[in-house]
Amino acid sequence: MTKANSISLLEVRGVGRREPNRDNWLLRDIALNFEGGSRLAIVGPTGSGKTLLMRALARLDAIDAGEILWKGSPICGDAVPHFRREAIYLHQRPALFEGTVEDNLRLPFTLGSHRDREFSREIVYSLLAKVNRAESFLEQSARDLSGGEAQIVALLRAIQLQPAVLMLDEPTAALDDASTKMIEQLVSDWCDKSSSERAFVWVSHDKQQVGRLVAQVMVMSDGRLAAEADQRREQLP
Amino acid sequence: MKYLELSYLDVGLAAALIIINGVISIALGLKLGRLLLLASVRTILQLLLIGLVLESVFSLDKWYAVLGVLLVMTIIAGISAVGRTERRFRGAYIDSLIAVSCSSWIVAAYALLAIMRDIQPWYQPQYAIPLTGMILGNSLNGISLGMNRLTEQLATHRDQVEAMLTLGATRWEAARNSVRQAVHTGMIPIINAMMVVGIVSLPGMMTGQLLSGVSPLQAVRYQIVIMFLIATATALGTVGVVLLSYGRLFNADHQFLDTLISKTGNKGKGQ
Repeated sequence: MTKANSISLLEVRGVGRREPNRDNWLLRDIALNFEGGSRLAIVGPTGSGKTLLMRALARLDAIDAGEILWKGSPICGDAVPHFRREAIYLHQRPALFEGTVEDNLRLPFTLGSHRDREFSREIVYSLLAKVNRAESFLEQSARDLSGGEAQIVALLRAIQLQPAVLMLDEPTAALDDASTKMIEQLVSDWCDKSSSERAFVWVSHDKQQVGRLVAQVMVMSDGRLAAEADQRREQLP
Repeated sequence: MKYLELSYLDVGLAAALIIINGVISIALGLKLGRLLLLASVRTILQLLLIGLVLESVFSLDKWYAVLGVLLVMTIIAGISAVGRTERRFRGAYIDSLIAVSCSSWIVAAYALLAIMRDIQPWYQPQYAIPLTGMILGNSLNGISLGMNRLTEQLATHRDQVEAMLTLGATRWEAARNSVRQAVHTGMIPIINAMMVVGIVSLPGMMTGQLLSGVSPLQAVRYQIVIMFLIATATALGTVGVVLLSYGRLFNADHQFLDTLISKTGNKGKGQ
């Protein structure tokens, strides 16, 4: 994953996680060095630990072994919200809040970690254009959105914050082809915009999607992560 | 002060009324006969037992005896509050005990040492035990409702809580809405009670004082005092337990420890 002029973002050293109150390991000896420009896919059978790994990377769950570094520093205590401002995890099930699409997009700006930023209609309008949505889409109730639209809103909510890393946990698993393509395009465009400083990791079951989107594939099996041999994939044009 | 002393015969005459319930149960095939009998026997035995305990504590008139009774009442209240909740988490009993004891004892101390400062000695069981008992009972209710609502909110809105965290929210920002709703739920019953007190029904303590010959105006003053005491204890207890629970369910790394919450099979009987 090392590239010329790329900067080290997320570094994972020997991370492990045990099943609560039991001895068996759910994640074991995970090592990753995630740099600017990384486009990584994680594949593997159901129950192999992909989601657990993504949650550990997003620091949503505690780990029992190893460490996770953000730009060379450990992520703990009050550094965690600031890390999550820059490295955003997107769940398979989009979680939207009561109110309109705009209310949902504005929500991050009410948080302390984004206090220095302001909601920008211009940025949102340009993103909406990419997903073929009119400006009036902002006034729709979040409750009335389809699954695909809800996932698009969740992704827009993250991308408008211009994070350095996106961690996408099967974001298109339950979506139709049109929504899937839009989400892929949004992520690809976001990454291309500043490719030496941005990176994403995408959990997917879809081999074609992996082929379209990523440069490197890793395989999760029984809680362990291994590189898939010679899996350099071409990126989308 | 004058009141009519009741004999065991009088009590028996009242107990005989339960036959009406029994007849209704038989006539409608409710099969409540055995339960009615058990409930009647428990009512008589439990109240006679507490009567005997209080009789001896009153006659002993020692501070340690009074504090002992209050301590037992507090522990039972703390345990009962958790017992009524629909979901539990490790440490819930400790949080409940801390919240119920701090809220009730602070308010009871204020009542005995500041409002009723002329009582000598301060631990007179005639005042200390019923006052603290009423405060505990209401604080317990608020604690139970507050804890139940908090765990319910967090468990059913887990995705939203985590979505907030993934967007850079602190643990407080992610939990604030649930905390606010839990405290609101815990405080509503006492506020409702204050709105209708004296209109819809006469409170138990006031009724008791009227029966024992206290003038209505004096009984009302006592009731006003107790309403404010229990409102304060309920607020303190609810806020206390909700904040303690929040501290257990979110760690310093701003992670929501949802796996700590487990269902009990209760239906959230906190009322």
